[in-house]
Amino acid sequence: MTFAAVGAALPGLLNEHLVSILNGLAVGMLLFTMAVGLSLIFGLMDVLNLAHGAIFLLGGYVAFQVIVGEGQSWLAGLAVAVGFGAVAGLALGGILRPIRHRGHLDQALLTLGLAFVLSDLATIFWGSDFQTIPSPVFLQRSVEVLGQFYPAYRLAVMGVGFALAVVVYLVVERTQVGAVLRAAVEDRAMVSALGINVGRVMLAVLALGTALASFGGVIGAPILSLSPGVDAEVLILALIVIVIGGLGSIPGALVGAIVIGQVQSLGTALVPQVAPFALFGAMVIVLAVRPEGIFGSR
Amino acid sequence: MSEALLDVRDLRAGYRRSVVLQGVDLAVREGEVVALLGRNGVGKTTLVHSIMGLVRPSSGSIRFDGQELSGRTPDQIARRGLALVPQGRRIFSRLSVEENLKLAHRSRNGGHDLDSVYELLPRLHERRRHRGRQLSGGEQQMLAIGRALLANARLVLFDEPSEGLAPKAVDQIASVIAGLREQKLSALLVEQNLHVALKLADAVNVMTKGEIVYRATVDEFRSDPKAARAFLGVGQV
Ligand SMILES: Nc1ncnc2c1ncn2[C@@H]1O[C@H](COP(=O)(O)OP(=O)(O)OP(=O)(O)O)[C@@H](O)[C@H]1O
Ligand SMILES: [Mg+2]
Repeated sequence: MTFAAVGAALPGLLNEHLVSILNGLAVGMLLFTMAVGLSLIFGLMDVLNLAHGAIFLLGGYVAFQVIVGEGQSWLAGLAVAVGFGAVAGLALGGILRPIRHRGHLDQALLTLGLAFVLSDLATIFWGSDFQTIPSPVFLQRSVEVLGQFYPAYRLAVMGVGFALAVVVYLVVERTQVGAVLRAAVEDRAMVSALGINVGRVMLAVLALGTALASFGGVIGAPILSLSPGVDAEVLILALIVIVIGGLGSIPGALVGAIVIGQVQSLGTALVPQVAPFALFGAMVIVLAVRPEGIFGSR
Repeated sequence: MSEALLDVRDLRAGYRRSVVLQGVDLAVREGEVVALLGRNGVGKTTLVHSIMGLVRPSSGSIRFDGQELSGRTPDQIARRGLALVPQGRRIFSRLSVEENLKLAHRSRNGGHDLDSVYELLPRLHERRRHRGRQLSGGEQQMLAIGRALLANARLVLFDEPSEGLAPKAVDQIASVIAGLREQKLSALLVEQNLHVALKLADAVNVMTKGEIVYRATVDEFRSDPKAARAFLGVGQV
């Protein structure tokens, strides 16, 4: 196929599958809110937080309770859920502390156990039916995108996710706080020898990461619906995202999330037969070419 | 005798499977540079790391300005006024030179700030936007020293600052430390380069297998070359 032919095919693809592409972007941004925290926490603490998916789901449920259950505003639900996520991160830090000198496996197992407990708690409180948070009223409409109508809420999710990526990137790369973080990822002991309390930095990153996961659960609820199993699903997708993007890299988490969002959405639309394998196919291809991930170092 | 600024007594420390320090005594007085010599693997870095809190001593005491440091965390120890110029330099390779320096800065009245360090180490100013990994070995060592200066510490622990550097860079680093010594730096200087150690230090300690086996002033050491040969296996000083 020539370039011209590809060029001619593109608008067709875009027209036919615009909705799939946009859905993929929205899903990708939700995955980013999960992946960025997982990746930062792993980069800094060497801990793969397998409870991250449960916190995503619980965040959604907490906001559901506030908004649907108590009839409070969307903003209030979001704030309570984000606060819950941050507290969950601090608690996780406390739980991980006694085993911080153990290996990866012990820590991963602990977070996995925690994931099961949290997930069961969620089912006890909110049952196993699908629960959903209606999108905020001012976003309950459609907007015309390239001649097709698309829900404004999903566009907002994309915008917020992208803005989040930019903010997190700038904070990590351009500020003094970010410099502490980057230095600690490289050599924790040396950072502490400079008089910086690395334990506190780690707690802050844990809290930030889990707050973002919880935030993702809230903004994802109107799109995905909340039910048992969503936690494991988003966790696995987010893990694939950071493996593809490169552990510890924020641009990597963003690009990985966009790729996986498209594989999930556009892939299913284009080649439904292979969609279940496409996810792992994408991972195998990336890792075969770049074992450290697209933006990974070393 | 006035109490030393740093006073290490009967220190024992090691790692999970091995005891390294087996009762180390060592003192550094205010304004004094004390060299610590010894062959590879005798435990010099273990001692420096124990003082800095990076290795947890199993017994003994480390008193700094009259207060016990043993059992405290590295960040607490740093905030009490110790700084480390570590073996292998341990520059943050992805941070810029300036970020490396700012991270270390603890301001003190009349102490160093970014400007004064740049003035002292102009090469760092030229390179301030470069990443740590883009520096030469000598420049990285300058940066490690710059970090320690910005910590405005009362005592600096240098762990083999001349290791792995080209002769010219060794001279530069030595003259930087010599300059600091003029300004009453208190330091423990681990060195395998005897020439550098004797040029910079007031007193010499020699360590073999986890113990200090010889101590003398630099003048005594110089007039007793047999000591050097016996303990270090080096040739003429
Ligand atoms: N992190 C560690 N874990 C286990 N053993 C260690 C560790 N670091 C050092 N050792 C061992 O402790 C002993 C003393 O090492 P240390 O690094 O203190 O020696 P050193 O005098 O600084 O040597 P060099 O001149 O090579 O720097 C060595 O036998 C070394 O193998
Ligand atoms: Mg050493």
